[in-house]
Amino acid sequence: MALLDKLRQLDQQRKQLLTGPEPAGLFTDRIDSPTHAIVNGQPMLLFGTNNYLGLTFDPASIEAGREALVREGTGTTGSRMANGNYAMHGALERELADFFGRRHGIVFSTGYSANTGMIAGLAGPGDVVLIDADSHASIYDACRLCGAEILRFRHDDVRDLERRLDRLGERAENALIVVEGLYSMLGDRADLPRIAALTRDRGAMLLVDEAHSLGIYGARGRGMCEEADVESQVDFIVGTFSKSLGTTGGYCVSDHPELELLRYGSRPFMFTASPCPAVVACTRSALASLRDRPELRTRLWRNVRRLHGILARMDRWELGEPSPVIPLRFAEPALAIAAWEELLGRGIYVNLVLPPAAPNGASLLRLSVSAAHSDEDIEAAGDALASLASAVPAPSIP
Amino acid sequence: MNERAIPSSAAKRRELVLEMLQPLAAEKGVELEDTTELATDLDLDSMRVMELMFDLEDQLDISIPQNILPELQTLADLLREVDRLFES
Repeated sequence: MALLDKLRQLDQQRKQLLTGPEPAGLFTDRIDSPTHAIVNGQPMLLFGTNNYLGLTFDPASIEAGREALVREGTGTTGSRMANGNYAMHGALERELADFFGRRHGIVFSTGYSANTGMIAGLAGPGDVVLIDADSHASIYDACRLCGAEILRFRHDDVRDLERRLDRLGERAENALIVVEGLYSMLGDRADLPRIAALTRDRGAMLLVDEAHSLGIYGARGRGMCEEADVESQVDFIVGTFSKSLGTTGGYCVSDHPELELLRYGSRPFMFTASPCPAVVACTRSALASLRDRPELRTRLWRNVRRLHGILARMDRWELGEPSPVIPLRFAEPALAIAAWEELLGRGIYVNLVLPPAAPNGASLLRLSVSAAHSDEDIEAAGDALASLASAVPAPSIP
Repeated sequence: MNERAIPSSAAKRRELVLEMLQPLAAEKGVELEDTTELATDLDLDSMRVMELMFDLEDQLDISIPQNILPELQTLADLLREVDRLFES
C-alpha cells in the first residue's frame, strides 16, 4: 500500500463514523476559565479536560510563568544534554523528588516522553517488560521503542500477571512491570497492593504511571501509590504535568540512583528541547499549590461525588466507584457519537472515545471532573445527560 | 482459564488453533488453510487478535510476545510461532 493510501483509508474510516462535528475539528476560539470556553463559536461548559484541580488559571502560576517568560525568554532552543539545561529544570526535579519523598527526580518535555523515556531507557533487547492490556498509547509506544520482549497481561488481572511471571522462570527477576495508578479511559484503579507484592516476591521492578492520579489520591496527593500504601514497593513513579498541574511535561521519581544515568541513556530525554521557562515556572507554582492547598482535592472529590450521585440516580449508566474520570458506555459507536453531538448542541463538552481507543472495543463518552466546577456546572451537566434519553435512542448499558 | 490438558504434540496444537479460529472463519465464509491471512481473510482487528492470543496463551500455557504479532500474517506463521514458543 502506498504511503498516502494508508492515510486515505483512515480518512474513509473517519468519514464513515463521523457525519457531523468531529473531535479534531473542534477549535477552542476562546478559553475563559478551567471550565468555560467558546468552542467553534458556541459557549461550552467543559467536562472533558483532565484539569482535575482547575489550576490552568491559577493567579500564582500565571504570574510565575509571566515572570519566567520575561526573565528567561520564550524557549530553551536546546536539549537538557546541551544548552537547554537551566537551573529551574534542576529545581523542579528536586522539588518533585522532595514532594514524593524520593531521592531522585527527572523531568521530561511531555508526559508521553516520560513513559517512552523511562521504559525505553530502562529496558532493552534481552529484557522483558510486562504491561497491562489497557495501558496508554505512550506505554505501548515505549515498548516498540525499547526492543525488549513485551508481554501483555489481561487488564488488572493479577493472576494472569502471575502466570506470565511463572513462565519466565528466572528471567522474571530482571523484568519490568508497568501499570497505571488510575486507568485513563475507564477511571478504574490498579490493584496495586497485590501487584506490588507479586513484583517484590519475584524480584522484578515496578513502574507506576500516575498520570491521572497525581493530586487526586493519597493523603498528600501523591497519587494511587500513596493511597494504596505501596510507595516503598514501587521502583519508579511516572507522571505528567498536563492533568492536575495544568501545564505540559512529565516526570519520574525514584530512590534508585541509576535514575540520574537516564540523562545519558534515554533518547526521548536527550533528543528533544527541554521544557520552556514559562512552563517550568508554572509547573513549580502548580506543584506548590497541589502540596499546600489540600482544599483543591477536597473540592474535586465533592464535585466527583455530586456528579456521580446525579448519574447514579438516573439508573441508566454502568458506573464504577466514584472517580474524577467517569465513562459512560454505549452499545455501539453511532450511539456514542449521537450522544456526543447532542451534548455539544447543549453546550457541554465531553470526550468522545471510539474503538480501538477505548478498552474492549467500547464506545464511550468520557467525562472528567474538575475542582473548578461550580455546583451550577455540575447540575447543568446532569440536566444535559438526563435529557439524552429523549434525543438519543438507548444511550445506556450495552 | 480453561483447565483442559495442554496439547503436547504439534498436531494437537494445530487442532486447537483451528478449533479456536473456526468460528471466525465461518463468520467470514473462509476455509482455513495454512495460507489464510489472519488480518485480511479473517478480518481480525486488534481487539480480536488480543483476545485470541490471550485464549491461546491460556490453553497452551505459553506467553506470546507482543513484538512478534506483526510477523504473524498467516495461519502457518501463527502455528510456527506457537510451536516454537511451546518447545522453548
